[in-house]
Amino acid sequence: MSTLGTTGTGMSGAGATPAGASSTATSTGTLSQAGSRTTSLGGFDPSAPLLQVSDLNVRFPTEDGSVHAVRGVDYALRSGEVLGIVGESGSGKSVTSLAVMGLLPASARVTGSVKYRGQELLGQSDRSMSRVRGKGVSMIFQDPMTSLDPVYKIGYQIEETLRTHDRSLSSKAAEARAVDLLELVGIPNAKERVRSYPHEFSGGMRQRVVIAIAMANQPEVIIADEPTTALDVTVQAQILEVLQTALQETGAAMVLITHDLGVVAGIADRVLVMYAGRPVEIGSVEDIYYEPRMPYTLGLLGSLPRVDSTSRERLTPITGSPPSVVNMPPGCPFAPRCPLHIAECDVAEPPLFQVGPAHNAACIRTDQVARAHGHAAEVFSETAQDVVLAAEVMPADLATGEGAREAVAPGTPPAGQTEAGTGRPDTGSVVGTGNTASTTGTTNGDRA
Amino acid sequence: MSAPATERTGGGAVQRGEPILKVRGLEKHFPIKGGGLVKRTVGAVRAVDGVDLDLYPGEVLGLVGESGCGKSTTGRAILNLQPATAGSVVFEGREIVGLSRKQMRPLRRDIQLVFQDPYASLNPRLPVFDIVAEPLIIHGLTKNDTELRAKVRQLVETVGLNPEHTNRYPAEFSGGQRQRIGIARALALQPKVLVLDEPVSALDVSIQAGVINLLDDLKNEFGLSYLFIAHDLSVVRHISDRVAVMYLGRIIEIAERDELFSRPAHPYTQALLSAIPLPDPRRERARQRIIITGDVPSPANPPSGCRFRTRCQKFANVLTDGQRELCMTVDPPLEERGTGHLNACHYAEATSVL
Ligand SMILES: Nc1ncnc2c1ncn2[C@@H]1O[C@H](COP(=O)(O)OP(=O)(O)OP(=O)(O)O)[C@@H](O)[C@H]1O
Ligand SMILES: Nc1ncnc2c1ncn2[C@@H]1O[C@H](COP(=O)(O)OP(=O)(O)O)[C@@H](O)[C@H]1O
Ligand code: SF4
Ligand code: SF4
Ligand SMILES: [Mg+2]
Ligand SMILES: [Mg+2]
Repeated sequence: MSTLGTTGTGMSGAGATPAGASSTATSTGTLSQAGSRTTSLGGFDPSAPLLQVSDLNVRFPTEDGSVHAVRGVDYALRSGEVLGIVGESGSGKSVTSLAVMGLLPASARVTGSVKYRGQELLGQSDRSMSRVRGKGVSMIFQDPMTSLDPVYKIGYQIEETLRTHDRSLSSKAAEARAVDLLELVGIPNAKERVRSYPHEFSGGMRQRVVIAIAMANQPEVIIADEPTTALDVTVQAQILEVLQTALQETGAAMVLITHDLGVVAGIADRVLVMYAGRPVEIGSVEDIYYEPRMPYTLGLLGSLPRVDSTSRERLTPITGSPPSVVNMPPGCPFAPRCPLHIAECDVAEPPLFQVGPAHNAACIRTDQVARAHGHAAEVFSETAQDVVLAAEVMPADLATGEGAREAVAPGTPPAGQTEAGTGRPDTGSVVGTGNTASTTGTTNGDRA
Repeated sequence: MSAPATERTGGGAVQRGEPILKVRGLEKHFPIKGGGLVKRTVGAVRAVDGVDLDLYPGEVLGLVGESGCGKSTTGRAILNLQPATAGSVVFEGREIVGLSRKQMRPLRRDIQLVFQDPYASLNPRLPVFDIVAEPLIIHGLTKNDTELRAKVRQLVETVGLNPEHTNRYPAEFSGGQRQRIGIARALALQPKVLVLDEPVSALDVSIQAGVINLLDDLKNEFGLSYLFIAHDLSVVRHISDRVAVMYLGRIIEIAERDELFSRPAHPYTQALLSAIPLPDPRRERARQRIIITGDVPSPANPPSGCRFRTRCQKFANVLTDGQRELCMTVDPPLEERGTGHLNACHYAEATSVL
């Protein structure tokens, strides 16, 4: 058994994987000043992984109890690589990235470690974090207006970003760079458009501007949180191309967060799958898509309709919903939805076991999952699904519905509720009844 | 200008008899008011600008296109929730356009709408029982309380929810469950046609799959017809029998499902299909992608001639100046152009892009 530390070393070869992985910053593009980048941030260890996140935990105190939004995230990002982070809404993808950037609200309790080139970022003052932000690590959000100020011209905003890290830049040089950057991200007529305001741009154009700003100081790491989710698919294709060009030009590495398994398939070298605030599988993009070892990953792939498939095979949904991250019961958080669940799964939350070179999965039955070779229907059987369908469970009820779980008395409502805003403490017991019925119905043999 | 009904099937060989819903030349324009004290109309958003569609009994017709192309407006105009500016919508031989609310009442039973947002479309203050029972009560469809209870119970079970939970409020259900509640309510009046406007777009994939399977089952069980509006072409391919592609208020291509996905003939359909990322790393990386430039023009001021010409990769890179002239001056109608199905491109050519 090994936790992610092992994966970290195993993945040093990831740079050899295709697409996006061009770690060479040798291109003649407008952005490359490769030589000066690392030295300008003195004090950072160039041999360490660019970004090393270890045992990251984030808790939000709320009235219903502590929301444990991120529960032990580990990953390492090497130069030039693209790490995809996927997971359903509420799985902790955004909170993880905000924690890395030091952008969480003050109420958040963050523990663990986030190292940029060997230097600890957690607990840094705002002043020293702003030295890292933009120049070392920069972030792209889903909504471009998070990063743009509606009252300033686009050009001014790019120039300001440039000046933050280079006070000596003349205004003429700054403007020239702003135009270059807009050209890089494919804004036609860049010389004119620097004088436009954000509202004069469409959603896709604004996201291009945000990418230009994120790239302005040649960061070594870009964290992009659902950068194309708000966009139409044709515009998404444009933006993904721009992102890839920008990565090639600068040699930056990227953490790409998305719920779209298609987007990740195209540009990530490695993929981390999150569930209920934790990584449940991490591996090369091929491992994850063709040889997943965690039932949740397999289920996600099986529930996707495919635009390139002529067959009308039924989809294999995962029943129920993700658990609430308030007062998690012990055991595997995926257990209530898992067709391979056995009593042993409820004893302790499985750590990430190594299942292959640089491939880890948090499941005690990965050998069973392996037999499916990525075909979800082998594991997520249709008959079982129909039974459970009659009582799809609510997130909050997982704690109570499981009669088999010793830690929680059956019928005891959980203190807190789901992120979907189901703030009533009485719901748990009610829907939980259905859950008990359905789970016994489906996993009979396993559960006894 | 409208072609005979048989042609509107998109060229498939399957004979489907008479359409249950026949849409011809449908237009919905929203006036743009100018500034100043006296608000004068200075133009119009041509949200739907001449849509022709046929929906056959028992079929699923997918309606796809990018944000703002007029899909939802088409759906609402078909249901007469927003009166059409022009055109005709014939349901089972009866013209709907121009009917008053009262005249629509009996037809409401037959055509129901399911919304995208399961959070917003259910009354948060009503328990699920009341939400599902409401249409039954309004239309006086049950004789007594016992019958009402039995009917609601049956509907709730049909959509895969636990009938014990009908005293709960929408907020106490997950997104997928709420969408099921919306579907149960829509089914209460035993409609013939469901207009589903992005019914699974707000759901996570693992939950979306269950709702898609449910919709599939319901259609087969009750012989329903769906107008299935979505921007996700993977979902549409999965559930539809035929697919219509919309661009700037018009249908630009319509065909049998596999025909459309394997032999798209309109450059916009080709670009749209080519832009969808495949959740398959090897295939995705081996693909040639057609990337179209720019954004959708404003529906208040569509380009002359072919509406797609400002973004058309064929127009920009393939056609000669002489050929472009036609694109700029003549609005291509939706017709069969030797590609086996209807499309609206002067230079249509079936090509595989997936
Ligand atoms: N009530 C209204 N007043 C003015 N314009 C409107 C109104 N409703 C819709 N529109 C405009 O009509 C066009 C089509 O809108 P519609 O909602 O039908 O698009 P859609 O295809 O459903 O898009 P989406 O995929 O974003 O749901 C858009 O330009 C929209 O802004
Ligand atoms: N400021 C906050 N206060 C309390 N809970 C929060 C806060 N921000 C996020 N959460 C919760 O943390 C969990 C993870 O959220 P997030 O990282 O945004 O998910 P996603 O994977 O969709 O990006 C969710 O349950 C969310 O409701
Ligand atoms: S540990 Fe058990 S419940 Fe969890 S994913 Fe593996 S088999 Fe399923
Ligand atoms: S008519 Fe011309 S501009 Fe329009 S889609 Fe066809 S080739 Fe492109
Ligand atoms: Mg998020
Ligand atoms: Mg819409």
